[in-house]
Amino acid sequence: MGRLKSPGEVTKFRQEILSKRDSNTPCISVCVGTGCLASGASEVLAAFKTEIAKQGLNAEVDTKGTGCPGFCERGPVVVIYPEEICYLQVTPGDVPEIITRTIKEKKVVDRLLYVDPNSGEKVTHESEIPFYKHQKRNVIGNNIKIDSQSIDDYLAVGGYSALVKALTQMTDEQVLAEVKKSNLRGRGGGGFPAGRKWEGSRKAPEKIKYVLVNADEGDPGAFMDRALLEGNPHSVLEGLVIGAYAVGSHQGYVYVRQEYPLAVKNINLAIQQAEEYGFLGENILGTGFDFTVKVHKGAGAFVCGESTALMTALEGRVGEPRPKYIRSNIRGLWNRPTVLNNVETWANVPLIIDKGADWFTRLGTEGSKGTKIFSLVGKITNTGLVEVPMGITLKDIIYKIGGGIPGGKKFKAVQTGGPSGGCIPGELLDLPVDFDELTKAGSMMGSGGMIVMDEDTCMVDVARYFIHFLTDESCGKCLPCREGLRQMDRILTHITEGKGKEGDIAILEELSETAVEASLCALGKTAPNPFLSTIRYFRDEYEAHIKEKRCPALSCKALISYYIDPDKCQACMICLKKCPVEAIDGGKKKIHIINQEKCTRCGTCIEVCPTRFGAVKKISGEPVPSPIPEEERMIDRKVKKNE
Amino acid sequence: MHIDGKEVTAGEGMTVLEAAQSAGIFIPTLCYHEKLEPFGGCRICIVEVESRGSTRLVVSCVYPAEENLVVRTRSEKVNKIRKTLLELLLAHAPDSPQLRELALEYGANKDRFEKEASFCIHCGLCVRYCAEVKKKNAVGFVDRGIRKEISFIPEVASKECNNCKECFPLCPTSYLQAAFVLTEALASGGPCGCFTGQTFEKV
Repeated sequence: MGRLKSPGEVTKFRQEILSKRDSNTPCISVCVGTGCLASGASEVLAAFKTEIAKQGLNAEVDTKGTGCPGFCERGPVVVIYPEEICYLQVTPGDVPEIITRTIKEKKVVDRLLYVDPNSGEKVTHESEIPFYKHQKRNVIGNNIKIDSQSIDDYLAVGGYSALVKALTQMTDEQVLAEVKKSNLRGRGGGGFPAGRKWEGSRKAPEKIKYVLVNADEGDPGAFMDRALLEGNPHSVLEGLVIGAYAVGSHQGYVYVRQEYPLAVKNINLAIQQAEEYGFLGENILGTGFDFTVKVHKGAGAFVCGESTALMTALEGRVGEPRPKYIRSNIRGLWNRPTVLNNVETWANVPLIIDKGADWFTRLGTEGSKGTKIFSLVGKITNTGLVEVPMGITLKDIIYKIGGGIPGGKKFKAVQTGGPSGGCIPGELLDLPVDFDELTKAGSMMGSGGMIVMDEDTCMVDVARYFIHFLTDESCGKCLPCREGLRQMDRILTHITEGKGKEGDIAILEELSETAVEASLCALGKTAPNPFLSTIRYFRDEYEAHIKEKRCPALSCKALISYYIDPDKCQACMICLKKCPVEAIDGGKKKIHIINQEKCTRCGTCIEVCPTRFGAVKKISGEPVPSPIPEEERMIDRKVKKNE
Repeated sequence: MHIDGKEVTAGEGMTVLEAAQSAGIFIPTLCYHEKLEPFGGCRICIVEVESRGSTRLVVSCVYPAEENLVVRTRSEKVNKIRKTLLELLLAHAPDSPQLRELALEYGANKDRFEKEASFCIHCGLCVRYCAEVKKKNAVGFVDRGIRKEISFIPEVASKECNNCKECFPLCPTSYLQAAFVLTEALASGGPCGCFTGQTFEKV
């Protein structure tokens, strides 16, 4: 396949691809994104290929390894087209039955369908599963439809038509105007309007300009960009080329973390294919526009997701931020105008050009348009990636899409915006999710991490965890971040260990203010958020830890004890046998007692104690009741029964 | 521009700190050196600026001087931040004369935070001076964040440092660290894998 030299050649080639494909031919799509791979998707895909060959169906059935459709909780996910039948948690053992029943007999394999936990009803089609039904999958929707390593697949679903339109039917000014009109805001954290950023670079006098993809996604629990770059790398690339055209750049870089091997592989492959087809390189589609892209692998520093640190690292130096009093779009990479946008931001660009800014702004709120992808994780029934229109409430995301909190537990808070985001409490669940509302609530959009916490989560410990993470990831260049976070981490750790002192909260507040006001980069400036938002909404938990040495969530190990209620213990010996440190004393018919000195608070006893007994209790902030006298420990079962 | 009410004319490309210095206005610094590129690490030189109707805190050693800028080198907020920053540093180098002098000025308590005497305050003066002025790179930073420390590169240091030592007086913690690490690097003997990041307890 040679380079396509004109828009006409692209159209002709696309038709050629489509003419070879019959939309009625069954196609089995297996998600081979990272989540499903981990639960055995590649074996499932291989089993399909083998079974199809075995049954002599090679000519009648297609198979595809696709990107992540988001429902990671129930992977490996298999979708069978054209009917869109969705099977969940498929194993290689299920494959022969699927081929026989679904492909040959056109019947559904009931046991692999999604079962609605409320109604018990089975759902056949992907789009009818509640997890998907309430989403608006504009950006990530193609993931399950295309082989992530095939440019032909991308072309078949209309890929690169936005690029053709931009390069041949629009001037660079028009492209910029359209993106500005769409009010697309950066999906990586800051929410800065992409169009304005582009315009700044475009107007900068320096001739050489750069466009960059920030794929250094490092937030714990976040994998939106990963799924996009792995699943649909061409959509990101197409957005980048369009952006380069609008800005007047001829060189782009993708900065991707090396911990994402599949993303690195797929974006490299996509670049190679796009060069081959003429969507990259010199004289793209015969328009005279030149643009090349290189991939740079990040070396594993969280701070390199920060724009200036990323550029410093790209220049080959230690990835540390630099002062940003002159914006990077004016003076960025090698001191030249540089547009850096996040993966998801770039992936939105082809949609805006293809369908228009008016289409794009139909979804969303006043200040935040379009959709946003979130990774919904933590104490939630449906873990996975969700793409929702801006302005949807947190409640809808957590309950309608996420299926609520598992195990009948109560919701406590949702942490949004990555480590430097904040925790939003239950009373704010009706909050519409957009850039400004989340900031007002003391959190932020960030890149779209959403960690749900239930009643068993200690908010002080959550703050400690994230501050510790950020302390560890501080580059160490500026003092308020390096030393301030170190002290905050230390104080928070002390509080969770029951060593909190009067005045600790005031010191934490002062250190937070210093970091917010005086840090060099966004990492330091936002790092105190986990503390600031939890002290705002959960101050009573801090006070309980400090004043009463009590952890209200019964989570901080140093502040809790396990105790066996002698009235409930049936001396069944289960906890006694399972205790890993032999801290439980007792015997047959002899009520068990935990030796508090030996106990490591691992919680095994409470887990294994049969629910019908429920004898093990967690207590905090009060002394452990003294063990019952030795002579009363023997259980006379007959007496107990008669009582 | 105006600094503390005084009209100051800044030269092309000057930072607020340089403009202030040229007008004889003192702003405390720890990581600034006239021969070096601005670093913006210690944040002690933080000031309040007012431009286009909004007030904000900026770091004067890197903030470019601009027309009509109003700068206040001291304010309640600036003082408070400097005090906290000094207290954070005093946990590492409680006896540094330069820090103690500033602590007196800002009422900083050297015992506010748990001590972790490592003496180095990561101003990077030695590292940057060796790289930018001497172009030798005999001393560098190793590791990251709170584990970051300065370290002499034995292969280079054994050749270059004995006749130079220009970084010693730059160190705001009385070159304890610089002198020590140098000794350690030289004592552990030449280019034989001695670069092991030994710590203070060893000597």
